[in-house]
Amino acid sequence: MERIEKVVRQARAAFNSGRSRSLEFRMQQLKALERMVKEKEKEILAALHADLHKSGPTVYNTEILSVLGELTLAMEKLPSWAAPQHLKKNLLTMRDEVFVNFEPLGVVLIIGAWNYPFVLVMHPLIGAIAAGNAVVVKPSEVSENTAQLVADLLPQYLDQELYPVVTGGAPETTELLTQRFDHILYTGNTAVGKIVMAAAAKHLTPVTLELGGKNPCYIDKDCDLAVTCRRITWGKYTNCGQICIAPDYILCDPSIQSQVVENIKATLLEFYGEDVKSSPDYERIVNKRHFKRVVGLLEGQKIAHGGESDEASCFIAPTILMDVSPDSKVMEEEIFGPVLPIVTVKSIEEAIEFINRREKPLALYVFSNNKKLIRRVISETSSGGMTANDVLMHTVVPDLPFGGVGHSGMGAYHGRCSFETFSHRRTCLIRDLRLDVLNKMRYPPVSQERMDVAKFVLLKHCSDCRVGQFLSALLGAVKAVMAKIFSP
Amino acid sequence: MERIEKVVRQARAAFNSGRSRSLEFRIQQLKALERMVKEKEKEILAALHADLHKGGPNAYSHEILGVLAELALTMEKLPSWAAPQPVKKNLMTMRDEAYINFEPLGVVLIIGAWNYPFVLVMHPLIGAIAAGNAVVVKPSEVSENTAQLVADLLPQYLDQELYPVVTGGVPETTELLTQRFDHILYTGNTAVGKIVMAAAAKHLTPVTLELGGKSPCYIDKDCDLAVACRRITWGKYMNCGQTCIAPDYILCDPSIQSQVVENIKATLLEFYGEDVKSSPDYERIVNKRHFKRVVGLLEGQKIAHGGESDEASCFIAPTILTDVSPDSKVMEEEIFGPVLPIVTVKSVEEAIEFINRREKPLALYVFSNNKKLIKRVISETSSGGVTGNDVIMHFFLSTLPFGGVGHSGMGAYHGKHSFETFSHRRACLIKDLKMEGTNKMRYPPVSQKKVDWTKFILLKRFNRGRIGLALLALLGVVAAVMMK
Repeated sequence: MERIEKVVRQARAAFNSGRSRSLEFRMQQLKALERMVKEKEKEILAALHADLHKSGPTVYNTEILSVLGELTLAMEKLPSWAAPQHLKKNLLTMRDEVFVNFEPLGVVLIIGAWNYPFVLVMHPLIGAIAAGNAVVVKPSEVSENTAQLVADLLPQYLDQELYPVVTGGAPETTELLTQRFDHILYTGNTAVGKIVMAAAAKHLTPVTLELGGKNPCYIDKDCDLAVTCRRITWGKYTNCGQICIAPDYILCDPSIQSQVVENIKATLLEFYGEDVKSSPDYERIVNKRHFKRVVGLLEGQKIAHGGESDEASCFIAPTILMDVSPDSKVMEEEIFGPVLPIVTVKSIEEAIEFINRREKPLALYVFSNNKKLIRRVISETSSGGMTANDVLMHTVVPDLPFGGVGHSGMGAYHGRCSFETFSHRRTCLIRDLRLDVLNKMRYPPVSQERMDVAKFVLLKHCSDCRVGQFLSALLGAVKAVMAKIFSP
Repeated sequence: MERIEKVVRQARAAFNSGRSRSLEFRIQQLKALERMVKEKEKEILAALHADLHKGGPNAYSHEILGVLAELALTMEKLPSWAAPQPVKKNLMTMRDEAYINFEPLGVVLIIGAWNYPFVLVMHPLIGAIAAGNAVVVKPSEVSENTAQLVADLLPQYLDQELYPVVTGGVPETTELLTQRFDHILYTGNTAVGKIVMAAAAKHLTPVTLELGGKSPCYIDKDCDLAVACRRITWGKYMNCGQTCIAPDYILCDPSIQSQVVENIKATLLEFYGEDVKSSPDYERIVNKRHFKRVVGLLEGQKIAHGGESDEASCFIAPTILTDVSPDSKVMEEEIFGPVLPIVTVKSVEEAIEFINRREKPLALYVFSNNKKLIKRVISETSSGGVTGNDVIMHFFLSTLPFGGVGHSGMGAYHGKHSFETFSHRRACLIKDLKMEGTNKMRYPPVSQKKVDWTKFILLKRFNRGRIGLALLALLGVVAAVMMK
């Protein structure tokens, strides 16, 4: 525990030295990270396989390739992201320099999650380094192999004092959260999110919370069911359902329910073959605790497909549940497993009402050929983000922010959004000391006459914005000159 | 207390009805607010005078004009702010619609402060309405006349269920904070800021905290001292020093300290005359508690000017302290009164070090003819905002975010930033169900061949940018066809 306090103190001292601030330094560290990912690809893939039975090919795309993409983007764009944003000048600020400066916050804490243990630590780390901060990295202990690898690798490639890794479980995380940071980004569940925010409140530390929820997936009668179900199957069962943006449950009309089941079954066969357990592309539940939790959700449910499980290997077969009751356990909290409940609704109104009666989810999905219906769902619901006619994909569009709302989270990151999340936007106005006569209007003593003129001029300004601004500046100058000439 | 729970529940039901969402409705409410400010100008000025001894003209320019300007800006820009923001598409999303949708959060809580009691409730309210939310308004009870007026006026002009006002003190605020909101904007001090954020954590409510701090004001030897001191005097003593972005204390070289004092004294004479107490432009401390607090800070200090006070009228004369020790009480917390300590430093390095040893302030001021020095101070310190060669003025840039950092706050507002603070930026991607062939690369079974293709294509992309993307798309399609 003393070690944690020491590590944070060192990171702060390192930040205060100023060395993390120059663009050159930041780029150098990002390049080093890039080298690390390329050179240690085998080790990273092995750790991910050990933690989640993730097979090489799939995990390469989701964890390694996306990190390399984020690094490339950050290195390419950093000079433009970090440049002061000069604002359009108007007549009142004509002689001034007005800009927003993007500045490092200081020491940032990143708490990773276990389901995508590498990328969920790396993406925020890239943004935090790009923004010029020191970063304390706390990977999830549940994915222990990846956590240990991150703890071994980062010091080999990055500045050791600026970017320390802290490993451990709840006690270590609790201790970390007593320390003072300048921003905390936490990825995980809602319950712990509240704990993180409460701890942050003691130091007035701003937080970005990437939480979860039950992501609804509405299938309209008017859509290509085969394609729809293939896409949903892909998003649902990747990583054995352990994705924060996985479609959690399906809402559809009773008349298409069995077709949906048939289509998903057919796709599962295409994807994993007859014997899912022996497919190298099908992952496992991360540990026994989650295994038991997910299997428990099947109790009393109508299993249309799957349901088999094997505790020894934490295997749960891709499972579909039909005619699920909205009040059942599987509809209470985020499933985070390969179990797909179908709840029937008789209309789009009922679907929207169903969604709105629950906490705002991290993602929302709608499948329909009818663009109007899609827009209606968007405008009458809320969620972190959404994709229509596919799943997951809104999170790979570089310029779209990735984040939740309500219980699914606050704040956002990815790409430029990461950079801005880990920066302070400081408003700067630089004037000069000349022409103070123009300021005479604002100094006491304030006469009623002066106020009447100001009122007249500036109210006109309010109605006529730009013309009014010009007028106000002009009249202000005239009045000031007149006041000077006529004052005793 | 039951009333508070009921009020919030009604606001939520009103929000859920959907009526606050249409642009027409929002603009209609903003127009009504504008009418209110214009029609009730006398009443608003009277309340401000009763609460803070603010003269009509001062109150008008500080509180009313700013609100009218914010309303005008918001009504003009709302359609463009609220429009979905398409994002740059790449070859992979070429056929899709990708955009950011700005959506209301739900029920927002605004807790005002007592020093600018009208504008600090109105500015956030304008942004929250513009973003389509329901808003519960809790004006500060310390400025009780303005609080009561706001409670009387808003229901006369605005939708009563969507925008209720809750008045009261600590018990009522505590009760309010147990309720669930979708965003809380609090203006006030650091200690209560922590309480607000802790309460918000229970519901995972995002917060914008506009707090305070000791805003330093560095005066370089190389500057026009008369002008610098006039501007500083204006910003320091307006509202009797009770401004969150007032220059709290001065840092300057010992060799110019007495000149600084003389210039400020001369300006004070210009501004308020010989008998400050009878100037209609000089305000009062808001109440006895703060009066005693500020007077207490003078103990043991070298008073270069002022120091007179009168408890009965909460009057404290504009005061300057010289050779102040960094460890004295007056240098511990935000003064929020008409007392201006001068701490001497021998160089800009010492000034920067002094500033950095303390909590990040809400504002920072530097006076110098040397632009390089100003930029150096900016780059080696941190603060919510900065004005060089003036004070306060960055607050009035309606296009720029106004907010703190560290203990001076989190989040920002004003103008478009208010709108964004009170909105959820929802990432939206609309695809169609065609061209399923191009997705084949992502589906299991994942062969090594598929991976090698992807790796080759995507890694080549990273080095070659756009050409690589085109290659990717082409090769992706080719590969998909071949796989099939």
